Amino acid sequence: MTTGALLPVFALMTSLTAAVIIFTLPEHKHQLRTAVNLVAAVLKLLLVGLMVWGVFQGREYGISFPMIPGVEFVLRADALAMLFAGLSASLWLLTTVYAVGYLEDSPNRSRFFGFFSLCVASTMGIALAGNLFTFFLFYEMLTLSTYPLVVHRGTQQALQAGRTYIIYTLTGGAVLLFGIAMLHNFSGDLPFRPGGHFADVTPDLQAPLTLVFVILIAGLGVKAAIVPLHGWLPTAMVAPAPVSALLHAVAVVKAGAFGIVRVVFEIYGLETANALGLLSGLAAIAAFTIIYGSARALSQSDLKRRLAFSTVSQVSYIILGLCLAGPVGVAGGLVHLVHQGVMKITLFFCAGNYAETLGIHRIDELDGAGRRMPATSVAFTLAAFGMIGTPPLAGFITKWTMGTGALAAGMDWVIAVLVVSSLLNAAYFLPVLNRIWFREQKKEWPEERQWGRFETSAWLLWPPLITAGFLVLAGLLASASFSPLGWVELIVAREVDL
Amino acid sequence: MTLWLMAGLLFTPLAWAVLTLLAGFRWGRAITWLGIAIQVLVSLALWAVVVRDGGFQYPLGGWQAPLGIELRVDGLAVTFVLLTALVAAASGLHAGFYLDPDKQWHRYFWPLFWFLWAGLNVVWLGNDLFNLYVGLELISLSAVGLVALGGQSEALRAALRYLMAALLGSLAYLLGVALFYGEFGSLSLSGIAFALRQDSARDGAGFALVLMLFGLALKTALFPMHRWLPPAHGIARSPVSALLSALVVKGSFYIAARLWLELGAPLGSLALAQLLGLLGGMAVFWGGWQALRQPKLKQVVAYSSVAQIGYLFLLFPLTWNTTEAAALQAQQAMTLQVTSHALAKAAMFLSAGNLIMSVGSNRVNALAGVSHFLPFSLFSFGLAGVSLMGLPPTGGFAAKWLFLQASLATGQWWWLVVLLGGGLLSAAYVFRVYRASFVEDSNIDHFFHPARRLEIIPMILALLSLGLGLMAEPVLSVMALTFANGEGT
Repeated sequence: MTTGALLPVFALMTSLTAAVIIFTLPEHKHQLRTAVNLVAAVLKLLLVGLMVWGVFQGREYGISFPMIPGVEFVLRADALAMLFAGLSASLWLLTTVYAVGYLEDSPNRSRFFGFFSLCVASTMGIALAGNLFTFFLFYEMLTLSTYPLVVHRGTQQALQAGRTYIIYTLTGGAVLLFGIAMLHNFSGDLPFRPGGHFADVTPDLQAPLTLVFVILIAGLGVKAAIVPLHGWLPTAMVAPAPVSALLHAVAVVKAGAFGIVRVVFEIYGLETANALGLLSGLAAIAAFTIIYGSARALSQSDLKRRLAFSTVSQVSYIILGLCLAGPVGVAGGLVHLVHQGVMKITLFFCAGNYAETLGIHRIDELDGAGRRMPATSVAFTLAAFGMIGTPPLAGFITKWTMGTGALAAGMDWVIAVLVVSSLLNAAYFLPVLNRIWFREQKKEWPEERQWGRFETSAWLLWPPLITAGFLVLAGLLASASFSPLGWVELIVAREVDL
Repeated sequence: MTLWLMAGLLFTPLAWAVLTLLAGFRWGRAITWLGIAIQVLVSLALWAVVVRDGGFQYPLGGWQAPLGIELRVDGLAVTFVLLTALVAAASGLHAGFYLDPDKQWHRYFWPLFWFLWAGLNVVWLGNDLFNLYVGLELISLSAVGLVALGGQSEALRAALRYLMAALLGSLAYLLGVALFYGEFGSLSLSGIAFALRQDSARDGAGFALVLMLFGLALKTALFPMHRWLPPAHGIARSPVSALLSALVVKGSFYIAARLWLELGAPLGSLALAQLLGLLGGMAVFWGGWQALRQPKLKQVVAYSSVAQIGYLFLLFPLTWNTTEAAALQAQQAMTLQVTSHALAKAAMFLSAGNLIMSVGSNRVNALAGVSHFLPFSLFSFGLAGVSLMGLPPTGGFAAKWLFLQASLATGQWWWLVVLLGGGLLSAAYVFRVYRASFVEDSNIDHFFHPARRLEIIPMILALLSLGLGLMAEPVLSVMALTFANGEGT
């Protein structure tokens, strides 16, 4: 076995090892813990970078071994895996930096960062899983390791949110397991494979395949926050800001969406799924979720809650893109996996900064915040415009590509969904921006803290500025081969034979 | 070599029981630790022998059946021998640190511990129905003694109740043995199976099987005959609870499973198989529901055993008159469930003991703040919980997966409800404990901190149960090793 084959294992091990070290570190060793965190995150980013380069040149890395009779444990780095792994490895480094600043002086940091690292490991495993079974393994591990982060503060409200979260996600997991077991029962162990496994479906398989598809999507849809399975997401926003960033941008909702991508692309195959009529139903649900999430976001007065409903809406772009079933539409959906992550993490970082520095949680308290915290507010504004879909930011690229794809697929109604959704995005983001930049400060900030030279702690300030930079670059350089869009086109070329 | 191994396996525990009976607590502890080292080595060696050469039948003392005592040493038996060695070693070490040496009656822990171990090894290796009975009684009586060790009147009441249930179960089993002997003139399990293959019209034998399964189900605490278990397991000292839940109830189940797999095909019926499965399914839900409602931590863990035992009984419907592949999956699932539950439940009871010792109360609500000040034991508890919930990558998950596959393959989809619903219910009671421990109501560390060695033992068990899922395939390949020399006489 070559070192190359083991690269996925190493990428996984960096955060697992970090988790074990951090759990055993005494609570007061703050600097050592931060060092372990950062070293592991940088190392992981390097390993993922190495794999991205290899995959770009056409290599594939992976290992497998038999785990339970009839089932293999498979780790594999392909282009699709690298899309998710690259997103999480790079955003993770920034979230770690942010979390170190955010949790300064708070108790239980060993526990927090231990589970935080376990989360990274799970996400990496989800990205690199080579079959549904391995995917499920890390999918459930992610559920377990995020629970302690959601309830981290230990307040009644946090515990209640944790309860809702765990009920939704574990039930979703059980449903998913049911689907996987059924699939396994009539087809055996299926590795993820470009083009899927059911190119020629015999008529007697059609009904069970349809049923299993519905069950799998229902199981995955809980984490992907498809309406009506989204109930946990807005409640879970009581978690600390770095955790929300992680739930909404990188790990949890993306794990669900990524699973749907794998099922549609590499188990069923895009063409088969479409031929069975499965994608039109999914498209309708995704479209409804997009509109519903945006509409609910409008009426929220809490900033993080508004962002949470916005996530409900935005994640379904990924799914809607898949359902367009043509290379361009699919590319639009997939690229949103990255774009939404970068934009939403910026928004949550900024919301966290307002909360930490000024004590602001409600939107009507934001009046005049732009003058007090200009850098944070610029990042927030860029991300908000990105979400609305203003050129040349990342969100515009998504919507443009998806729109082109919809026309190509002859699904013109999707254009209407995109337009309505963009109008709603504008309707719930512009008033916030208006308050930040154009209103005078009316009263004192609820709990203002001074951090020295910058408007807030440097640990908190740099991450959103960097991600805001990403979202501008992802839009400006969309045609470069290493932009998210460029990578997605590589995936589509390899995956979708249309 | 094999002679020494077999002798070591059965007679060392008996010899050590006598030795420790003569010593006080502290000396008993020193002697026991030496004995544990020997037992673990012998168990490992026997396991290695079977892995290398395959299974064999062993006439003890050179006498052939039906005169002598015949032992069957196959993959399943040595796996359970090794499992017992692991769990007993962990519980024995934990008890040495955990039990108060100055309590008068604690010195009896050691002899009872060794009698229990001897009985378990007899059960795993026995091929003779009467010897199995002897093993079973040895297990029951030492287990009752261990429960009574708590000393309070509540413990004595629980022990008495346990004794009644155990005796009733043994009697039913013994009656069945007598009927078999009258019918076949043989007590060898493989002998009876062989005779049945020649001639299947045996009406009395079917009744005998039902009688024995009833007795064994009672001793395994199958719903609705489970009422004796929670008080006994809940009141016992934590290392004792670990032994009881991990090993003792598995002994009687193991005999039931062996009877079923050997004699079920000719003597069983669809109704009997489905009934046992149904009771198992009800146990899963009833036990889980009760666990969710218990105010005391150890009662939660004890009711969880009632639920987890329920899964085992799915073996009966999934092996009766099904394809060979599905039956094999069900057997593998059963073995993994026994093994991973033993490791996880022992870990859970030992860490629950640590937590109770730390907060000075056995109530779940008393755990507030524990996650802040005592994360280590809580983490072991949680890891063990992951296995009980049947979430990956644990052994409990591997077992659930195989049960799911067997249910789907045999078209008995109704067991899926039990498997998936039961998993969610176990998650509910495990997370209830977690939720309680995450409450932060004060910043003062008023907890007693147990020694690290007390905390490490359950962690090791929990990690083993976790790793079992990743290693399920190689472990199962050992379990599948059968006799080299075919069926018995």
